[in-house]
Amino acid sequence: MTFDALNGVLLIPAVSAALLAVLPGYVLTSRLNVLGTFLTFATAVSLFVVEPRSGPYLLVDDLNKVFIVLTTFVSFTTSVFSASYIGHEIEIGRLRPAYVRFYHAMYQILMFGMNLALVANNIGLMWVAIELATLTTVLMVGIYRTHEALEAAWKYFILGSVGIALALFGTILIYMAARPVTGEGLDAMVWTVLITKAAKFDPALLNVAFVFLLLGYGTKVGLAPLHAWLPDAHAEGPTPISAVLSGLLLNVALYALLRFKMLLALNPAAIAPGPLMVTMGLISAVFAAFMLYRRRDIKRMFAYSSIEHMGIIVFAFGMGGPLANFAALLHMTMHSLTKSAIFFAVGHIAQVKGTQKMADMGGLTVTHPVLGWGLVLGVVAIAGLPPLGIFMSEFLVVSSTFARQPWLVLILVFAIIVALGGLFLRLNGIAFGEPRGTSAPAEASYVPMFSHLAIVFVAGIYMPPALVAGFQNVARLLG
Amino acid sequence: MHSLSFDIAHMLAGSLVLVSFMQLYQDRLYALLNIFALHALILAASVAWQAFVQDAPHLYLTAVIALVFKAIVIPAALHRIIVKLGIHREIETVVGVGPAMLLGMGLVALSMVVMLRVTPEADPLAREDLAFALSVVLLGLLMMVTRHNAVSQVIGFMSLENGLVLAATGAKGMPLVVEISVAFSVLIAFIVIGIFLFRIRERFDTVDLQALDRFRGERR
Repeated sequence: MTFDALNGVLLIPAVSAALLAVLPGYVLTSRLNVLGTFLTFATAVSLFVVEPRSGPYLLVDDLNKVFIVLTTFVSFTTSVFSASYIGHEIEIGRLRPAYVRFYHAMYQILMFGMNLALVANNIGLMWVAIELATLTTVLMVGIYRTHEALEAAWKYFILGSVGIALALFGTILIYMAARPVTGEGLDAMVWTVLITKAAKFDPALLNVAFVFLLLGYGTKVGLAPLHAWLPDAHAEGPTPISAVLSGLLLNVALYALLRFKMLLALNPAAIAPGPLMVTMGLISAVFAAFMLYRRRDIKRMFAYSSIEHMGIIVFAFGMGGPLANFAALLHMTMHSLTKSAIFFAVGHIAQVKGTQKMADMGGLTVTHPVLGWGLVLGVVAIAGLPPLGIFMSEFLVVSSTFARQPWLVLILVFAIIVALGGLFLRLNGIAFGEPRGTSAPAEASYVPMFSHLAIVFVAGIYMPPALVAGFQNVARLLG
Repeated sequence: MHSLSFDIAHMLAGSLVLVSFMQLYQDRLYALLNIFALHALILAASVAWQAFVQDAPHLYLTAVIALVFKAIVIPAALHRIIVKLGIHREIETVVGVGPAMLLGMGLVALSMVVMLRVTPEADPLAREDLAFALSVVLLGLLMMVTRHNAVSQVIGFMSLENGLVLAATGAKGMPLVVEISVAFSVLIAFIVIGIFLFRIRERFDTVDLQALDRFRGERR
């Protein structure tokens, strides 16, 4: 096997994981972690320049290129954030130095798992990769070994394994549906083969398979009512992991769903997968929007906000069509960038305040102007106010679907407004007014946060034509 | 069509469902472990039979993995854990035995209706296997939600995995990738679980998950 960009995005994290598992010293390993993720990102970008050939196991096409570049970029900036965040955690003794080696190795294995899921050309391999990514995050969520962290990890593990089981059953059913057409063996699990022959598959089997896949991978996307693991896992794990979970892992599971949706869409006799996704997306968005109001823990609140946004994205993908798909892709990208930026801010805020309880925070724009205003900007972006990127993508979601399903879109708009209210209610208390609670000077790295916010800000005003064309192309592929 | 090979496969898969039901009403951990070992044993026999019928030698490997890991190593290890933790007392079930059994029957009926209806054209062997496998998966899920105890939840999860292995081997000619991955995931799952049990023990001196519920982040 020759080395090209396609196996590069897998090999670099794998090698980094092995190195980071044995090397001692926090300063060295955190830099190596950053270097590893940067190299992966550079390799991913090179996919756009030279496209390697796809094989029976690995695949690169226009759809997964977008996901890979987004994943590797956010994991790179998160590793920069992680370096300063984890350094502080070691200083205050919350994380033992012995665990740092484990943490960094796991971080790279998580990158490996996510990249493998994205480039897998085999539905079995993709399943294995998503499970690998899930299991590593389970371990990372439990890394602080507090009561809450253990409970969160256990809950994540139990619900995740239920998702694992359902998704595998769906995968087996897809194989069963494909076998009479493609013949036995490897071909019946290869995307590029399945896609060309999907029209001849048994529609009844495909339908049942999709229900299992939607429930299985939907658990990972965090769709209500399968979301119960998500707030706990976000709140109790290290903040870099919350950022990666919200920004990336949810997207990877969504990518799997989209692939299967494409498969079903090609079979005229199978059920349309759209309405199922639209329903689950709407339920998630409305439910999560109301849940924002009763939160006391800041990370938990933004976890619910992630459920809301994944709901919006799944809704838009479910509606389908080039315009709605374009809006959904854009929204997904903007949400990944914004939400991870928010978690970068929240991570440092929780450190300077020594708590995650919002009742003990106040007046951050006075005491820590950079962090405070960073959070304000992030929340303004995530709530969907103009002129930032999420406003534009939400506007596109609404305008592209309004003509087709006005009532459904009204529900969605209602959810967005409810969420906006919930977020600003809390933001007001945290960022403005009299300073409250303990306060320590911030030793933060602001670069990752502000670079994300800058991209989101620019995207709200101007999108490069090449990017628009690329997204349009992918949106057409998704059908 | 109803040859001997079909009948034997049918019987083995059917016994797996039966043993899943037996797990539902076990209220002592030791007994539950023994029943799980039996579950794994039947799975191994069933997979070996599929290997023979389908003339697929690589499936024997899956059978051996099921036999060694799930029927011997894991029950033995869990046995040790139970002894060490001193928790061989009764399991509290969330729902009683009666309702659990009724729910279980409902789930089996559901999986029969769903799977047999959508697969009229598949070959009967695979078809019945899938229906039974889905029953085992759903019964495993039911067990996970009706138990509080971490050890019995783990056993529920593993019997659920057994159902998946049954489904994967029933699908004729499914590439080896998947078999290995299934076995591998069980292994990983077990390691993870082992670590968790260890940690839970360290922190709480109990493996009752209700003790964990008290530390829910949102509750005051």
